[in-house]
Amino acid sequence: MPVVQVEGLARRYGEREALSDVSLRLQSGQTLVVFGPNGAGKTTLLRVLATLLRPHAGSVEVLGAPLPQQAWSVRGRIGLLGHEPLLYRELTARENLRFHARLHRVKLSRVDELLERLGLDGRADEPLRTLSRGMVQRAAVARAVLHEPELLLLDEPRANLDPAAIELVEPLIGPAPGRTRVICSHDPHGGISEADQVLGLRAGCVALLRERARVSVEEIAGLYR
Amino acid sequence: MAVLRKELLVELRTLESVPGMALFAVTTFVVFHFALNRSSVDADLAAGILWVTLLFASMLGINRLFVADADQGGFDAFLLAPVDRTAMLAAKALALLIYVVALELVAVPAFALLLLEPSIGHALPGLLAVLALGDLGIVAIGTMVAALTVRTRARDLLGPLLALPLLVPVVIGGARASSPLLALGPPGGLSARWLLTLGLYDLLFGLIAYALFDFLVED
Repeated sequence: MPVVQVEGLARRYGEREALSDVSLRLQSGQTLVVFGPNGAGKTTLLRVLATLLRPHAGSVEVLGAPLPQQAWSVRGRIGLLGHEPLLYRELTARENLRFHARLHRVKLSRVDELLERLGLDGRADEPLRTLSRGMVQRAAVARAVLHEPELLLLDEPRANLDPAAIELVEPLIGPAPGRTRVICSHDPHGGISEADQVLGLRAGCVALLRERARVSVEEIAGLYR
Repeated sequence: MAVLRKELLVELRTLESVPGMALFAVTTFVVFHFALNRSSVDADLAAGILWVTLLFASMLGINRLFVADADQGGFDAFLLAPVDRTAMLAAKALALLIYVVALELVAVPAFALLLLEPSIGHALPGLLAVLALGDLGIVAIGTMVAALTVRTRARDLLGPLLALPLLVPVVIGGARASSPLLALGPPGGLSARWLLTLGLYDLLFGLIAYALFDFLVED
């Protein structure tokens, strides 16, 4: 059974159609990398798959549950790492992660484990607003994987991270057996290299959807022209 | 409990709501004290001043109730969790109730000192009952309106515009029920009619907030 199955998805913001007739299918353990210029609908697609936005047309199934009808049953099995860290600036990284651990009924020891793995344990008790963007991004990664989700939805997950930090987050958000990922990217080389399938969006429509072997960097670059 | 704990922790760190609410109330009583040029006012006037001041001070907290969640992604984070949406309503309502009670712990003594020359000790048990019922109304309506308006661009304007008309019956009920208690001389009894009205109004808006909340926070 596919982890993500989308048929004819449309989503509007007022009169503007952000996604139009999008169809795709993603099997367990696969990675779909989504390319497209700003405003192409990448983030909207992630938010629909994350159950945060309702589809206005078409059908969407995530982890076997049709959305939005059974969204409640798959929340907690999805990890979303978006542009915003979804963390409170006035709280420390540890307080933020403990709050999320309680919401997801995860043992608090998992918080300490992640803080250590991500090299945040030294600054874990300082308010998030005092940390650099890279450190906040690391805390956001910890939040997204805290409950060990089966489906990871990642919007430019390596933004603001230096090479050392990328190495730290890789085991948590990189490819792994049974880990299904949808990643939004603007990096054709890096994106294609970790994709099983590539989706190109332009103005909310599917401009290309192919297996990695049949996509070239030039085609991806063409989406942005 | 996790959401309530987080709410109180954020408020303790930022001190954005309660100090502002309390300062507003105390300042208002000081202004009335000097503007009326009296240390003691009639019971009807005193009750009106108390409830209108508490209402406007509470609006400050109501307007801030969901701001951190809307601005920092707390809504999305909560919606991604396998948690009943009612938990957020309950936690926010409890947090607002704690803020309003904290406000009253400062405001009521200041009110007594500045506008009721004699002590209000004799009226306190009855007044506490009226305040409790009034608080529940403010909390039910305030939480619902705050959730409704927080993701709009004009939330600072829309919040009071929607909440104040709905809260007028709470102010009327609270003032009418408090008035006999604040009279000079032996305190009057509690008005069962106004207490019942307040209670029913609280129940009605508690149920409306419960029924609507999922629709207000979800897409």
